[in-house]
Amino acid sequence: MFRVLRDLLRYDGRFRFAFILLAAVVVMVLLSFVSPYDPKKSFAVPMDMPPSLEHIFGTNSRGQDLFWWLTFAVRNSLFLGVMTAIISRVIAVLVGLTAGYRGGWLDRVLMSINDSFVVLPLLPILILLGLLLRDRMNLFFLAVILGLFGWPFDARLIRSQVLSLKERSFTRTAVHSGINGFWITINEHLPFVLPIVFATTINNMLWSIGMEVTLSVLGLSDLITPSLGTALYWANQHGALVARVWWWIAAPALVATVLFLGLYLFFASINEYIDPRTRLRLMGG
Amino acid sequence: MRRFILRYLIPRIIQFLTIIFVGITVTFIIPRLAPTDPVEAQVSMMIARGSSLDPQSIASMRAALTDLYGLSGGPVQQYFAFWGRLLRGDLGPSLANFPTPVSEMIGQAMPYTLSVLVTAVIISWIFGNLFGALSSYYPKNKALNVIEVLGQAVRPIPYYIVALVLLVVFAFFIPIFPFSGAYPVGIKPSWSLEFMWIYLKHSALPAATLVLVGFGGWFIGMKSLTSNIISEDYVVYAETAGLKENKILRHYIMRNALLPQLTGLAMSLGTVFSGALIMEVVFGFPGIGSLTMAAVFRNDYSMIMGIAIYSIIGVAVAVFLMDLIYPLFDPRVRYQ
Repeated sequence: MFRVLRDLLRYDGRFRFAFILLAAVVVMVLLSFVSPYDPKKSFAVPMDMPPSLEHIFGTNSRGQDLFWWLTFAVRNSLFLGVMTAIISRVIAVLVGLTAGYRGGWLDRVLMSINDSFVVLPLLPILILLGLLLRDRMNLFFLAVILGLFGWPFDARLIRSQVLSLKERSFTRTAVHSGINGFWITINEHLPFVLPIVFATTINNMLWSIGMEVTLSVLGLSDLITPSLGTALYWANQHGALVARVWWWIAAPALVATVLFLGLYLFFASINEYIDPRTRLRLMGG
Repeated sequence: MRRFILRYLIPRIIQFLTIIFVGITVTFIIPRLAPTDPVEAQVSMMIARGSSLDPQSIASMRAALTDLYGLSGGPVQQYFAFWGRLLRGDLGPSLANFPTPVSEMIGQAMPYTLSVLVTAVIISWIFGNLFGALSSYYPKNKALNVIEVLGQAVRPIPYYIVALVLLVVFAFFIPIFPFSGAYPVGIKPSWSLEFMWIYLKHSALPAATLVLVGFGGWFIGMKSLTSNIISEDYVVYAETAGLKENKILRHYIMRNALLPQLTGLAMSLGTVFSGALIMEVVFGFPGIGSLTMAAVFRNDYSMIMGIAIYSIIGVAVAVFLMDLIYPLFDPRVRYQ
């Protein structure tokens, strides 16, 4: 684990950059635990102050310090991303392993449904769901819903890996030793698939955090809980741009950009590292 | 030809029907999972808002809603009734603009979304692939490297934030593009050249958002595809045979990498469509996205339902059409 980290830091400039960005995000998350302000309280500080030394990102029209408010927003958005990723990973791994190992008609049916989910425009469906659940929505519930929709692409990826693992001799040994199919996939195939599962986890977090931003901007999430999406929602509600309180929009946009770029570069770098061919090219070996 | 139909066409048609089946079934199930009765919630909200509706139209609205969600009869019966109405093209009236049919309003908004979406998708696909291939063929080119870094930097950021930044920069700080809408208030849409120009100026920023976010993905996809092809024997042979670089790049490398990218395009249509909706919200562009936004604010369930169903069918049809033109690019499918 540490060797991987060391290698990546030494050989991949992108990873170094991602590391810095994500470190900044983690610092923000940690700072949220020692925040001097309660994010649910408004009018704790003067309104509409531009960024200054005292208030790094300025304050908004609801009298909240944007920096400290955003520390909670980042924490919640990350929580949502991780939750969604865990739920959808479980489904993706199960579907991918089963479809790949069993093959035949089960594979065809699962992949057919899978491909439909890949292609379907999810946003209108999620909006419909959000509208029906408007008053009951909270962050955890949203994570569950996104988790239920976020698996298909990765299930296909995992399946394609299992298809090749199935042909290896150790699978045949296991079959002839009388191990049941489910345990072969879990004990023998899953370890090979795990690196990809890890890489897709990050990608899935990008997707779900972005989806939260989208749904919140439309007012379809739990608007009281701070998150990157609700930050933009409240700024829009108060007409931040028209009132020339540009930092109210700029601050969450900046933090979101740091988070998304960090996660994306991290994903891209890990993805290349997992593939031995690109890893060798990376390290000049 | 018979083989082509059996091996290629029939599976695609089955997949096309599966997409629609899965999508419509999901839209059917969702209102039934909701803990509240959507009909009563909707009706009481309309009454609470004090909208001036006489008892008769409330009753007809309740009937329309019950009908819309297909809430009469047992689950199986409901499911078939739901399909029956869809096949007749009847999506019910809009609740916020009662009794205008949902289909009519979606029909009016559709051309705006489609024109920007199709243009932007084609531009980003072509340029992403072109620059991606060039960048892997000429890895030392500085300009291409800069383009790659920029494209990759924009790619992960949500549509909403990219659109917002473009809007603030190019309509607010440097006002070279109009702030919102597809045409100024007071001008009627027509097919005149003058209107076209106005429309072009208004849709430039929305389209640019979609192009910018999409570009990076096609770029990196093409780059990794071509970097594998470049080391193939036939490319090395073509190089030693002294073929022109241009010809190698176009006919030996890009042509082969285009096929997976075409499949990728079909796979990404749903996501791009969702992105277009959000882009419209930011730019106040009068397409499906703005219609969605208005429906969300006014709790217009039937409109959202209609939009969901139309977008599912629209995306499925688009994917199917792409499958149909795929053989034109891939001779292996044609001569199978």
